Amino acid sequence: MAEVVFFIAAIGAIAGAAGTVALSDPFHAVLSLVGHLLSLAALFLLLRAEFIAAAQVVVYAGAVMVLYVFVSAYVGRPDSSIPSVAGPGLKWPSIVFAGALLIELCIAILGTGLSAIDAEGAGFFSAFGSPAEIGKLLLTKYLLAFEIASFLLLVAAVGAVILARRREGLEPTGTISVSDLFSTTQDETGLVDEHDSGSMLEAGGSPKR
Amino acid sequence: MSVTWYLLVSALVFCIGAGGILVRRSPLVILLCLELMLNAANLALVAFARAHGNQDGQVFAVIVMVVAACEVAVGLGLIVAIYRRKLPVDVDELRELQG
Repeated sequence: MAEVVFFIAAIGAIAGAAGTVALSDPFHAVLSLVGHLLSLAALFLLLRAEFIAAAQVVVYAGAVMVLYVFVSAYVGRPDSSIPSVAGPGLKWPSIVFAGALLIELCIAILGTGLSAIDAEGAGFFSAFGSPAEIGKLLLTKYLLAFEIASFLLLVAAVGAVILARRREGLEPTGTISVSDLFSTTQDETGLVDEHDSGSMLEAGGSPKR
Repeated sequence: MSVTWYLLVSALVFCIGAGGILVRRSPLVILLCLELMLNAANLALVAFARAHGNQDGQVFAVIVMVVAACEVAVGLGLIVAIYRRKLPVDVDELRELQG
């Protein structure tokens, strides 16, 4: 039974990964990656990592992928004049490099002297990988890593807001500051109308600029 | 199932991601391929945690997920900033830092 589930999930994961790389439309690539992540969650369940599997589905396939979908919808379909894949001078060496990396990793995995990886795995207790156990570890043994990770998330969130905001000097006309956001809208600076506030038009700027 | 199988899947997904990063030109898809590589590493971590009957590897996987979320936030912010400046969203065209 476990073998059947493993092969279904593994084929799904590899197919999702291949689709992510091969599909030319970024939106389809994002959807393919969602399939890959869900298959990977099934593999995590097979490895008795219940909490990781749940976090994978909720955080990755849920929240992070929604971000990707929004950005790919915002940026839009790429110019068809620009090819989605690099030219042959770069493409074939890249594929050869990836193949060589795979061969090297396979040699490393199959030729290793580690006896543990040939077995089903060590014994485990019934709560192995449950949220309670992971939480206990995170808040005792790995408390420092947990706190650093939370601080890193804060830094990344602030950094993303600063990177993606509109700022002076970047755009020829119609730059807005935070105080402008709370003032009334005006036309000659290129700001959008009141009924467009909060829309994608406001975020991207009006097309005539 | 022996843990070797999981490691082989992990290696394959990692190499697909590495090849994708080198081949693709859209920064959005490059970020997606980066996610593939991080997830392959996660799978290896969880597989080794299972092999040793030790949950530390799963905690590492959680931390890797946090780092991946940070990378997504900053990377997508960069892509939005590139798009706002009306620059081509294409890594081959963005070569100002090459000097």
